[in-house]
Amino acid sequence: MQQVFTKSMARNIFLGGAAFFLIIYLVLTYDSWQQIPKRDHADQMTPAVIAGKYLVDTHDCIGCHTINGEGSYYAPELGNVYKRRGGAFIEAWIRAQPTGVAGRRQMPQFNFTQSQLDDIVAYLKWLSNIDTNNWPPNIQG
Amino acid sequence: MKYSSQKVAMPYFIAALALFFGQIVFGLIAGLQYLDGTFLFPDLPFNVTRMSHTNLLIVWLLMAFMGAAYYIVPEEAQTELYSPKLALVTFWVFLAAAALTLAGYLFVPYSQLAAMTGDAILPTMGRGYLEQPLPTKIGIVLVALSLLFNVTMTLIKGRKTSLNLILIGSLWGLALLFLPAFYFPDDTVKASYGWWWIVHGWVEGDWELILGALLGFILIKMTGVDREIVEKWLYIIIAMTLMTGIIGIGHHYYYIGAPAYWIWLGSIFSALEPIPFLLLVAFAFKMLLQRRREHPNKAAMLWALATPIVAFLGAGLWGFMITLAPVQYYTHGTNFTAAHGHLAFFGAYAMVSLSIISYAMPLLRGREANSPSAQRWEMTGFWIMVFSMIVITLALTGAGIVTAFLQRSGDNPLGFMQVQDKERVFFWIREFAGLGFFSGLLVYLGSFFISGEYDYASEAKQALSA
Repeated sequence: MQQVFTKSMARNIFLGGAAFFLIIYLVLTYDSWQQIPKRDHADQMTPAVIAGKYLVDTHDCIGCHTINGEGSYYAPELGNVYKRRGGAFIEAWIRAQPTGVAGRRQMPQFNFTQSQLDDIVAYLKWLSNIDTNNWPPNIQG
Repeated sequence: MKYSSQKVAMPYFIAALALFFGQIVFGLIAGLQYLDGTFLFPDLPFNVTRMSHTNLLIVWLLMAFMGAAYYIVPEEAQTELYSPKLALVTFWVFLAAAALTLAGYLFVPYSQLAAMTGDAILPTMGRGYLEQPLPTKIGIVLVALSLLFNVTMTLIKGRKTSLNLILIGSLWGLALLFLPAFYFPDDTVKASYGWWWIVHGWVEGDWELILGALLGFILIKMTGVDREIVEKWLYIIIAMTLMTGIIGIGHHYYYIGAPAYWIWLGSIFSALEPIPFLLLVAFAFKMLLQRRREHPNKAAMLWALATPIVAFLGAGLWGFMITLAPVQYYTHGTNFTAAHGHLAFFGAYAMVSLSIISYAMPLLRGREANSPSAQRWEMTGFWIMVFSMIVITLALTGAGIVTAFLQRSGDNPLGFMQVQDKERVFFWIREFAGLGFFSGLLVYLGSFFISGEYDYASEAKQALSA
């Protein structure tokens, strides 16, 4: 057996296999790159959406929340929060933090300006229209 | 220890264990904040606890990997490390950068930290595991370059074993796969797609190669099995890793906005990802059965044999349970994922790090193995930590299943917080198991302070009189 299947054969399977699948992945990624802007409506990424995204990133929202299931599981899903709650509720909610209810999970007060809140809502609205293959299963996220 | 320059591994290992301790402390706080949301708020919001917990994990694993590289590469190359001084300077730079970054998390609000560190010039912050400010990320690249330069130069002047080639090659891969951390496009779907190049590329790809190399080295040393056999096994295992794992990345692409064909591709290939872990188990036990010597370091052997088993459970089995698209439709973004993450990170990467530390630290301290009583402490710590982590995993799995049923399915799905309230029992179990893990860690760390070395004569005498 040792003579039949040598170490250099194993090494060649490793190198060849890795290269083969890497090339397939790169081709698929090229195709995904063409499709993603259609699926997430990249043409609707207004300056407000981009500004809102930057606020969401730099306040580490995914340190507690998830966006399309990615992030932390401490607070609700944000990918569809615009559809679940609506823009007015989201703004009021962010303004009202922290709730201070004993024992309840707390969200910090970030002191956003009105225009920043508008940007965040614009981003959340854009997120809610991404074609995620029908995920999450229902509005609760 | 055959070359004096291998000694630079020691500060890396000690720092790794200290940071590991810090990681667990933040884990306990995070677990408590799940139960009492006002605990330490607003001084330590949950997201800061969490990023401290996860970033300390990454830093201590990198510390352990680097220490392992500085220990293994010279021994395999049969020559002194190219520059022990550079390795030592790199250590202090890395430790200082880690401490400064942690202080930044703890004492500066995150948005202010972003503003202070030039995130607006090149946005990189605000992604899971990649929360570090820009200067830290650049520092990580410089530290990696220093390591790569040092070990590659050592390899060039020394013996080129397959094991060393795999280890150094995978360290290059680790560094290259970190570079997408600087790519953070405005398009959230593309950003998420690319984030997985780093996260999946590391933990379900490149790091498995490092895991294999470290385990292979330990097994060659401890069992005395012919390296040709070990290295052949390693090539087969890492071939399977990449042949399943590269397209297996698709299991992260089902529901983030990527094209639908990933549902099929990701399900098929990621379902095969447990194979390399299964092979790793077979490999470790085959080497044990073929051993040509009885190594006195029983604790290291325990770590090395348990690593593939727990890695298989955490990465293989728990990963498989949630990897098929129809299942993930309900479990995606729940604590089921966290359960998998905990057992996989611990079983694969924490345990292989503790394996190499267990093997190398006694040698670095000038003895082949620790005294039997020190080893008993270490193995007690091992069992407490492994058992506790399995309980943590089961508790988080329970919480994830509750979410899948109450929030993700049914005619009247409940809201997020309502469901979280119903999962409190699981969060309590997780917290108590976390305390168990912490006590196991203390016992483990305590074993380093029990003096004495393994004494063949007295052990033999004891065995004969028994």
